[in-house]
Amino acid sequence: MASDQPLLEVRCLVKHFPLKKDLIGRGGGVVRAVDGISFEVREGETLGVVGESGCGKSTTARLLMHLINPDQGEMVFDGAVVGSSDMPIKRFRRQAQMVFQDSYASLNPRLTIEDSIAFAPQVHGLPHKESIARARDLLARVGLEPRRFAERYPHELSGGQRQRVNIARALALQPRMIILDEAVSALDKSVEAQVLNLLLDLKDEFNLTYIFISHDLNVVRFMSDRVMVMYLGEVVEIGDSESLFQAPLHPYTRALLSSIPSMDPDQRTEFPPLQGDPPNPINPPAGCRFHTRCADAESVCSQRLPKLVSQSHNHSAACLMLEADSGHRKARHLLSQ
Amino acid sequence: MNLLRVQSDASKVMALPYDRTPGYWQTVGQRLLRDKVAIVAALVILLLLLLALFGGMLTPSDPYKTSMLSRLKPIGTANFPLGTDELGRDMLSRLMVGARLSLFMGITPVILAFIIGSAVGITAGYAGGYVNSLIMRTIDVFYAFPSVLLAIALSGALGAGITNSLISLTVVFIPPIARVAESVTTQIRGRDFVDAARASGAGAFTIVRVHVLGNVLGPIFVYATSLIAVAMILASGLSFLGLGVKPPEPEWGLMLNTLRTAIYSQPWIAALPGVMIFITSIAFNLLSDGLRSAMEIKG
Repeated sequence: MASDQPLLEVRCLVKHFPLKKDLIGRGGGVVRAVDGISFEVREGETLGVVGESGCGKSTTARLLMHLINPDQGEMVFDGAVVGSSDMPIKRFRRQAQMVFQDSYASLNPRLTIEDSIAFAPQVHGLPHKESIARARDLLARVGLEPRRFAERYPHELSGGQRQRVNIARALALQPRMIILDEAVSALDKSVEAQVLNLLLDLKDEFNLTYIFISHDLNVVRFMSDRVMVMYLGEVVEIGDSESLFQAPLHPYTRALLSSIPSMDPDQRTEFPPLQGDPPNPINPPAGCRFHTRCADAESVCSQRLPKLVSQSHNHSAACLMLEADSGHRKARHLLSQ
Repeated sequence: MNLLRVQSDASKVMALPYDRTPGYWQTVGQRLLRDKVAIVAALVILLLLLLALFGGMLTPSDPYKTSMLSRLKPIGTANFPLGTDELGRDMLSRLMVGARLSLFMGITPVILAFIIGSAVGITAGYAGGYVNSLIMRTIDVFYAFPSVLLAIALSGALGAGITNSLISLTVVFIPPIARVAESVTTQIRGRDFVDAARASGAGAFTIVRVHVLGNVLGPIFVYATSLIAVAMILASGLSFLGLGVKPPEPEWGLMLNTLRTAIYSQPWIAALPGVMIFITSIAFNLLSDGLRSAMEIKG
């Protein structure tokens, strides 16, 4: 395997949710939850995914896990198209697991936590005793003393403890990639920090690759090697974490970053904050989807679709201001030079 | 229902004891034991079941023996503590023996409908989409008929007799049970733990067995127990109309029917089978109420 081959490559993934028509056929639009996103995840890295609520982060996670089927697009995992005979979905699921946001809803209330963790190995043919033994090892590994916790039920645990159980369950199949969908968002700050550190330790120990979805920019910066910014079902910017946080290219990313309260009085907010809610994904704005809220929007922005263009090594963004000769006044002019 | 859980043989895996907290059903049992009304109802049902099983052996006199001389004796007559019916048969003996058929006619169709209706409803709820619409719209057809009418029409079409009235009562109870099963399953199916199970590569059958059944059978069971009372009343109604149990077999509904001629001369005797039906159905209703509140544990 070539070392530069990404672990996961997503090509032009599309998911539209049709709205129900009423009896006389009105309505029936589509929610463009994920609208043609492409990205790569390299082995051993953490890809952070940020965006406002409703931008398609969770839909992307569910698409990646094949919990819902994409309308278009394909995923290549470890060089093989997922769903093809080289990488059937069941085999893919041994290698990729997911941790959900709601730690309580993601555990079966009728099963003890060791049974919950041991379920997946049993599905894949590990005998019951060994599955339970593995579940107990994993509980110890995520910081829950098996002798105290193994035979408890989810409602007897705190949120942080439950999320540790969910992490242990995701690890039970010894996957290579874990999708963390807002996995720490519902936790208290102090517990969140502990769980984040646990995730970092586990990543080193088991050579994991993370897709870390969150709306918390500080947490994403702490965790991620690269960051992908989503807006209304599209990728607007993707790049190395440091480069993206220090020199954001897309006005949306700049607005998002300026919404982080600064601890330093000298670093004042320089960009106008985002106003209002994102537009309705049922009928997204034409052209650049961000133009309705963008401070630099010009008439061309509502007509032309910006492409994701690479600006520097490992850093690209989709904005007409970055596209040469796009018609935007702030864009570079190549022809006139 | 504990059998449905993945069994854990913790003690064999590691020797030292583990913290064991009571499971869900254990907690439900403890809560039920604290509910005095439910306990009384359960005792009444136990008594009725014992009567159904052993009533035939304990009767003071022959429940089939008629006597023209001692017709419609009032309650408290010597040898006939609860009087006699219109053919001079001992009411006490007949009520005791009648428990067997009446309970059988009340419980059996509910058990059958519980099995079939749960299977249908869980399938519809878990599959979702078109399968769900197909199954549930078919079931909705049965709602076009009032249940009493449906039971009468079905057993009328199939012909009188115990088996046929069992079949028609089962058919009557499948749609409501399936509907409850479908709605509970749809609710559970949307929970993240089902998605997590799917993400671990488990098939639909395994997910239903391990993750869905344990969460849905309880509520469906509670609903089904509340139907036992209805089933008993409907079965009595069928017998009353001559569609269920045939005379001279003692069954409370049928006894109510044959004694109706005596309602002006001996109203208390005519009411006795009705009292038994009332006691039984209220006991089942109270027990299912107790079960329902015992199962409402906030996690």
